[in-house]
Amino acid sequence: MSASLKRGLQAFDEVIDASVASFFSSCVHCGLCADACLFYTETGDPRYTPIYKLKPLQRYWNQHYTLGGKIASYLGLTTAVDDAELAEWQELIYNSCTLCGRCSMVCPVGNDLTAMIRKIREGMAAAGYAPEDLIAAAGRAVKIGSPMGVRLPALKAQAAHVEKDSGLEIPFDREGAEYMLLLSSMEIMNYPEYLEAVARIMKQAGKSWTLSSEAFEATNTGIQIGVSDIARTLVKRVVDAAEKLRVKTVISPECGHAYTAIRWDGPNLIGRPYPFEVLHILEVLEQFRLQGVLQLEGSESQRLTFHDPCQLVRRGGVIDPPRNLLRMVADNFVEMGDHGKMNWCCGAGGGVGANESAAELKMQAFQRKKRQISELGVDAVVTACANCRIQLEEGLEENEMDLPVLGLTELLAEHLPQREKGERG
Amino acid sequence: MEVEALLAWARGPGFEWALLIMFGGITLRLIEIATLGRKRDLSLPREGKGSGWRTIVSRFFSFPLLATTNVITYVAGYIFHLGLLIIIFFLVPHIEVWRGVLPFTWGGLPTTIIDLVTVLTMVAMGLLLFDRLTHPVKRLLSTAGDYLAWTVTFLPLLTGYCTYHHLFFDYSLLLALHILSVELLMVVFPFSKLIHALTTFSSRWFTGEQFGHKGVTS
Repeated sequence: MSASLKRGLQAFDEVIDASVASFFSSCVHCGLCADACLFYTETGDPRYTPIYKLKPLQRYWNQHYTLGGKIASYLGLTTAVDDAELAEWQELIYNSCTLCGRCSMVCPVGNDLTAMIRKIREGMAAAGYAPEDLIAAAGRAVKIGSPMGVRLPALKAQAAHVEKDSGLEIPFDREGAEYMLLLSSMEIMNYPEYLEAVARIMKQAGKSWTLSSEAFEATNTGIQIGVSDIARTLVKRVVDAAEKLRVKTVISPECGHAYTAIRWDGPNLIGRPYPFEVLHILEVLEQFRLQGVLQLEGSESQRLTFHDPCQLVRRGGVIDPPRNLLRMVADNFVEMGDHGKMNWCCGAGGGVGANESAAELKMQAFQRKKRQISELGVDAVVTACANCRIQLEEGLEENEMDLPVLGLTELLAEHLPQREKGERG
Repeated sequence: MEVEALLAWARGPGFEWALLIMFGGITLRLIEIATLGRKRDLSLPREGKGSGWRTIVSRFFSFPLLATTNVITYVAGYIFHLGLLIIIFFLVPHIEVWRGVLPFTWGGLPTTIIDLVTVLTMVAMGLLLFDRLTHPVKRLLSTAGDYLAWTVTFLPLLTGYCTYHHLFFDYSLLLALHILSVELLMVVFPFSKLIHALTTFSSRWFTGEQFGHKGVTS
C-alpha cells in the first residue's frame, strides 16, 4: 500500500462516526437520491447517483467497522479500496457534486449524503486525489491569503476606488467596531460594487464596521477540497482577527461556502465556540430591516426571481431574509418552481466552479437552472453568492439568454435614498 | 412423521435460535454504530423548527418532494412496506404468536383482506425486483445483498400464501416451510440492509438534528 493511500484511509478512519455507520447501514439502494441530483438528472449517467459516489467509503466502513464485513474481508470475498479506485472516483466526488445537499433532503431513510461526500473528500485529498486546480487554490489561500491570489494591496486599491466613487470611508482594522466584514476574492476582483453597497448601507444604518487587513478573505478552499487542516488555518485567521479587533459580529459575504465554513464548520474546526457572532450579510440586512434602519425608496418594476445559494438555504438556514429584503424593492418578484430549501443548485458550488476539469459538466448541470429561469420569463435573476453569480452569468450567456444577474445587497443599495449616495463620509 | 418433526423443530428450537441470532445480531450492529460516537457540534444553534424527531416522522411522507420519475419505487415501496406491517400484525394466527411473547393483544383483520393484501404485497415486490433489474440507477447500485434481502422477505409471503390456500404441498409441510422462511428472515435481518428497519430511525434523527441545528426542517 502506498504511503499516500495509507494517509487517505487513515482520513477515512477519522471521518467515520456513528452517523456514517447509521447512514450506510440504512441505505437500501432505492436510488431515489439520483433524482435529487442535478448531475444525474441533467446527464442521465447513473454513476452520478449520490450514494454511488460514496462507494469507496461505504466499502471501507463495511470492511473495517462491521463484523460481517471483517469476516468477508478475511475470506477474501471483498476487495480493499485501492489507488486505482480512488483515482476513478475523483470525478464522481469532486466534479459531479457541489455539496448542494438536495439528496440529503429526499433520502427516505434519512441519510445525510452530502455530509458524507464532504467526509470522503478528506480521504481523497489525503490520498492525493483532489483535483489539481483545487490543490493550487488551497495552496494560494494558505500562502497568499486568497484562493484567487488576491493580496491586501489589491483590496486596498479597490477600497480606494470605492472611497473615491462614493465619498465614503472604507475602514480597515478599526478596533471595537460592531461588525467585521469579510469578502470573497470574487467580490474584490469581479464585483467591487458589493463593497460600496455595504459601505453605503452601513452609513445609512449608522453602524460601525471594519475590514481586517489580516483576514479579509471569507472563502474556505479547505472545506471544498476536504482538508480540515487547511480549513482550520483559514478559519483561525478570521477568528484571530475578529478577536483582536474585538468586534461583535463577523459578516460573511455573498458567498455560500464561505458562510457555512465560518458559521457552521468553523467552531468545530478550531474546537471552541466563538466569542463573537457570525451572520451572513443577508441576515445583517434583515436585522437592519427589522430595526427600521434600512430605509429604501422606489421599486423595481421588472420581473425578478431569486436563485437560492444552496449553502445559504439548505445547508445554512438563511431562507426567509432574501425574500423579505427583495420584496422591499421588487414589485414583481416570482419564485422558481423549486425554491428555498428545495432549490436546485447552479451547478458550480463545492469547488466545481474552480475545477477546470469539471468545466463542461458544470454547464450541463446548469441546464436545470436554465429551464427553471426560462419557465418564469423574468427580466433579471437576483442571487446572494458570487460563485453562483459567475455560473449564472456564464451559463445564461452560453445559452444565449440575455438576462442580467444581480447581487441582492447591491440591488438594495441602489434603492437607498439619493442623498445617502451623494453624502461624503 | 418427518414433516411433523420438522414443524416441531421450526416452532421450537428453530424459532428460539432465530430469535437469539436476531437479537444478538441487532445488539451487535447497534453497538458497532453507537460505539463510534459523534462529536458535539460547537457552532451556535439557530432557532428553528427542525429536529431529529420531526425528521423521523417527516421522512415517512417524503414522496411529494420528487417528480414522478420513480413511480414504482414510491408506489410499490409504500404498498409493500404497509402490506408487510398489516400481514405481520393483523393476521389472526400472527396475533396468536405475538400474544405468546407480549403481555397484551389486539384484534385482527378478516382473512380475506389479509389475503388480498398479501397478493398486493407480492405484486409490489415483484415490480420492485423488476425495477431493480432494469432501472439503470438501481441496477448499478444493486449488490448480492439486495437480492438476498428481497428473497428472504418474499419467501415468508409466498409460503404464507401457499399455506393459507393449501397449494402444492401438504399443510403441515407448508406451515413448517413458512415458519422456517420467517426464521431465515430473522437470521438475515441484522446482517443485511434489512437492519434499516431500525437504523432508519437513528439516521433520520442524526440528519434531522443536523439540519435543525441550522434552522432547516428536513
